[in-house]
Amino acid sequence: MTINFVLNGEPRSETSISPTRTVLEYLREDEGLTGTKEGCAEGDCGACSIVMVRNGSGKVEAVNSCLLTMGQLDGTRLATVEGLSDKGGELEAVQGAIVDEDGTQCGFCTPGFVMALHAFRHSGESVSDEAIHDALAGNLCRCTGYRSIVAAAHAAMSGNVEEAALTTFAEPSATELYEAQGQSFLSPQSLDALIAARVEHPGAPLLSGGTDLGLSFSKDRAAFPVTIFTQNVVELKRIEEDDAAIILGAAVTYSEALARIEELFPSFAVLIHRIGSRQIRNVGTFGGNIGNASPIGDTPPCLIALDTALTLHGPKGARDIQLEDFFLDYRKTDLAGDEVIASLTIPKLGPDQNFRSYKVSKRYDQDISAVVGAFRLTISDGLVTEARIAFGGMAATPKRAPRCEAALVGQPWSEESAARAGAAVADDFQPIDDHRATADYRVRVAANLFVRLHRDLEGADDIEVTSL
Amino acid sequence: MNADGDIRGAVHSNVRHDSARGHVTGVARYIDDMPLLPGTQEIVLVTSPHAHARIVSIDVSEARAMDGVRGIATAADIPGHNDIGPIFEGEPVLADGIADYAGAPVVAVTADTYDQARAAAAKVVVEYEELTPVLDIEDALEREQYTYPPQIMTYGDPDASIAAAPRRIKGELRCGGQDHFYLESNIALAVPRDDGDLDIYSSTQHPSEVQHGVAHTLGVPSNAVTVEVRRMGGGFGGKESQPTIIAAIAALMADITGRPAKLRLRRDDDMIVTGKRHDFLFRYEAGFDETGRIAGVDILMGMRSGNVADLSPGVLARALCHADNCYYLPNARLSGYPCKTNTVSNTAFRGFGGPQGMIVIEAMLEHIARELGMTLDGVRAVNYYGTEDRNVTPYQQTVKDNIIVPLVERLQAEVDFDGMSKAVDDFNASHTTLKKGLALMPVKFGISFNTPKLNQAGALVHVYADGSVHLNHGGTEMGQGLFTKVAQVVASVFQIDHDNIKISATRTDKVPNTSATAASSGSDLNGMAAFNAANTIKDRMTGVAAEIFDTNADQIEFRQNRVYAGNESLSFAELAEQTYNRRVQLSAAGFYSTPGLHWDAKSLIGNPFYYFTYGAAIAEVVIDTLTGESRVLRADILQDCGNSLNPAIDIGQIEGAFVQGQGWLTSEELVWNDKGQLLTHGPSTYKIPGSRDVPPVFNVHILDDAPNRFPTVFHSKAVGEPPLMLAISVWLAIRDAVSRISDHRLLPKLDAPATPEAILMAVEDIRARD
Repeated sequence: MTINFVLNGEPRSETSISPTRTVLEYLREDEGLTGTKEGCAEGDCGACSIVMVRNGSGKVEAVNSCLLTMGQLDGTRLATVEGLSDKGGELEAVQGAIVDEDGTQCGFCTPGFVMALHAFRHSGESVSDEAIHDALAGNLCRCTGYRSIVAAAHAAMSGNVEEAALTTFAEPSATELYEAQGQSFLSPQSLDALIAARVEHPGAPLLSGGTDLGLSFSKDRAAFPVTIFTQNVVELKRIEEDDAAIILGAAVTYSEALARIEELFPSFAVLIHRIGSRQIRNVGTFGGNIGNASPIGDTPPCLIALDTALTLHGPKGARDIQLEDFFLDYRKTDLAGDEVIASLTIPKLGPDQNFRSYKVSKRYDQDISAVVGAFRLTISDGLVTEARIAFGGMAATPKRAPRCEAALVGQPWSEESAARAGAAVADDFQPIDDHRATADYRVRVAANLFVRLHRDLEGADDIEVTSL
Repeated sequence: MNADGDIRGAVHSNVRHDSARGHVTGVARYIDDMPLLPGTQEIVLVTSPHAHARIVSIDVSEARAMDGVRGIATAADIPGHNDIGPIFEGEPVLADGIADYAGAPVVAVTADTYDQARAAAAKVVVEYEELTPVLDIEDALEREQYTYPPQIMTYGDPDASIAAAPRRIKGELRCGGQDHFYLESNIALAVPRDDGDLDIYSSTQHPSEVQHGVAHTLGVPSNAVTVEVRRMGGGFGGKESQPTIIAAIAALMADITGRPAKLRLRRDDDMIVTGKRHDFLFRYEAGFDETGRIAGVDILMGMRSGNVADLSPGVLARALCHADNCYYLPNARLSGYPCKTNTVSNTAFRGFGGPQGMIVIEAMLEHIARELGMTLDGVRAVNYYGTEDRNVTPYQQTVKDNIIVPLVERLQAEVDFDGMSKAVDDFNASHTTLKKGLALMPVKFGISFNTPKLNQAGALVHVYADGSVHLNHGGTEMGQGLFTKVAQVVASVFQIDHDNIKISATRTDKVPNTSATAASSGSDLNGMAAFNAANTIKDRMTGVAAEIFDTNADQIEFRQNRVYAGNESLSFAELAEQTYNRRVQLSAAGFYSTPGLHWDAKSLIGNPFYYFTYGAAIAEVVIDTLTGESRVLRADILQDCGNSLNPAIDIGQIEGAFVQGQGWLTSEELVWNDKGQLLTHGPSTYKIPGSRDVPPVFNVHILDDAPNRFPTVFHSKAVGEPPLMLAISVWLAIRDAVSRISDHRLLPKLDAPATPEAILMAVEDIRARD
């Protein structure tokens, strides 16, 4: 196999490069495209942002090149800041607007902002401060205070969007195995092939979006002998829906699912908009967020409260498991070494069911949560008939809150019941102190979220500081 | 926007940053973007995992045998002096015998590639004997363990005045540190020349100090080391003294291997290895009367200096010199204790002690306001410096340019502060969980380095025979637009379009013995030096023009890219050629030193500041009393820039400084574990503001018609640091929101940063007390 892609309009076929070399290093060191910068190598600053168009998608998406590996490029086209305008020629709209609005100072973050806004310009979204902040949540600037950059974003969006200059697509490689530098990169196209790869290479990491595993390459300098890439597995990319549930393939990205989630579970969608940044959501997947079994992953508490079931596939076939039973202990799951998460089945809400999720962190955007609370309440004639409540950041795994639930079920849905349920948080959880929050704070906030929940379900329009 | 109306880019016009186009196209080159010479070495550091340990042994034998490794250095391999202390001696490049913070560089490893160097570094075996670390300010205060002797400023009779005052308060406050989080982490590239001398490319605000540090480390004279910096990817003070150690190690490894050597700290290493803003513990006592007027104050400042002094003496002096902020303190004891702890040595950070000095006096005034049932602004009103009397600072400098009262009144009137406050009350009355707060912050900031000798600068200007101009000066470009501003100065002197002036990289072989680009002084000092250099050449060209036109020099006028004598004229380029032809020098060095400064660093008395800048901000915030989350809803700023050299650039400085200050006081929290290891060492754990955190209503204005009363360059004022302290309005507004829960009866217990957790605890505390 070769890695076929198009870089700034020029086709590339790589045959000898390490498949886990980061695209950032490739651009800077191999291609001499030093406009793309390394600010953190952990996908949090955005200085390395480039745009990527996946074969067949046509969507121009910003991604962090520091977390992207060469193996993931097969069948994509990329543009870097150097690819947007000719040297000495007219500037691309975003570039010109940033210059005109005095949106640069030291300039080190600027190429990343240009690429994030270039992608935003091609997204077809309606332009608002809110949308711009969403598009820029993955880009840090330490100099300007952002006002000028946001002004530039507004200015750049006012013109017509020209056709993306790069129209050639790379033909993806036909084979599923790439070998170079003593490393194998498997890119199975079917679930059967994926499981076969799992069986053949026990212990080889599964790479989906790479927003977590990518750190192994960018920061830990790992060079795994075998890496199994899941994004080309057709079955894992499906989004299916019937009257009862929506079924997300494990390799579906947040961005791909957002439109449907917004429709079905708007509160969950608000929370998903706070996962990482757009660069992260463009590649990060639901399966990955579950599979890495972090106690502070943002989706698992929500998915648990939503009564999500997982379908796991292995050599012996498929099995279903409730997500809440999947997490065994800190970073430990029920997934066998030869299995994969194939899909998530999320039941739709019944007529009396309400779902809300809240995330509390030091910064609104792109922060890891101190606490996530997720609540699905069934309320009939003013009585709580069923409660599924789960928290993240409160234990070694994302977990339900049985005593909080018990305090609510059978009770009238009132401020008092909510407060009583909140008081039960301390019985359900013994969280830890860390650099994000103390245990004491976590317990207090988790309890107080019941008050917020009550006000929210009562229709209050001043639920959070961002409501104003 | 062309002040002179006839040339492009004169002073006072909105010239774009000279590199803006390079920034947006990715062409602007930073050190890590430079093409490397063959054989260039990558350096990886082995750092101490322990906060305090004796180094028993270092075994590099296995590391040395690894692929690609060409050099390994410990303290023993330093040919010169293992000391890069900027003020005091005894600050090592590589730990020698003792590692005194977690992250202290112990061994440097070079190899042909970064991964090889990293793999080899992992094979270096350092045996440590752990010693008891001192990790807290309190602990160091208790042990009287300081990096250098305490600094005590006394004015009047604080004890007697406090004792005799009708009312008294006592309090304690803390403010956290802050990582600079420049997007470009520290980096240096050392390239040996054929004669063994070194060219150093360093991301530094202080090329001369890098030059001295490298020379000192290698045991060579300064003339064997040349340092160049074209631009930094942000500095904020974090590249004032910190780059010296990075460059010294790169130079050492280049010296050892005979090859170019590059040290780029990855983000986590940068945050762990290099210093930050000092966190402070304050204990204060004040005596005052029933009107809120202060009789005397006694303020203790426990500053976390870290493992060594570094720039702490300057930072602490500035903190002491800004504990008055805008207020007359008739009697004061301001005591600064530079606590020696086993944590990384803290360093310069935009404001340089000023923010810490101001935050305590503002908290104290708020305390007085709560005590007397007054508003904070009511207490301020009776304490502001006067213009004719009550105008002497605790360090005995007379404030001669005070405009704070009219400036504050103008801002309050423009935003209808009283109306806003009423609206906040109305909001709070009708909302149960969200509460708003509102506060004003006045700022007076002293301009000049506290150390008089640093207030000097040089420039070098060449006019080529074709009329194009080459400009160089000792200031460095870190994004603040200094190069653009200085080019405007030269354009205005010659009355030629600024694009005829070539901006060039700062180099120690062009302008020697420079000061750091710091203390907001970059354009004041270097602008004036360039002004003087350009005027020297202009005078010579004027003489030539007078000869050509057969008239007196006073008849010659430079205007619109031409040189006139009455109705006759020639172009600037033609005159340059004529000047060359007549064998008159078209190159000049310029020099400037700020007049009238003196400072006694022992008694802390003197006239350390040439002038003061003034500004005020009003911030409106909302907090969630269920979670402690906060949001700045609005900020209005009025900042004094004198006659701004470039209003667009100054607005950018004001906005950026405010948001950076907001980060320091809200979301940016440095957390260490009980072993003294930093836990927040990347953007995933350390949260600087993002675009959404900027106030959605953000009105920033420069005070118009306010020329500097002192003869600075075109009567402009410095701008880099002062607006950072305007963000204290955000912190005060959050405290105001908490205090409003008690109808302003109680003083909130809320330190900085006001994280969601800190705010929630303050809310619950005030409810429990109310």
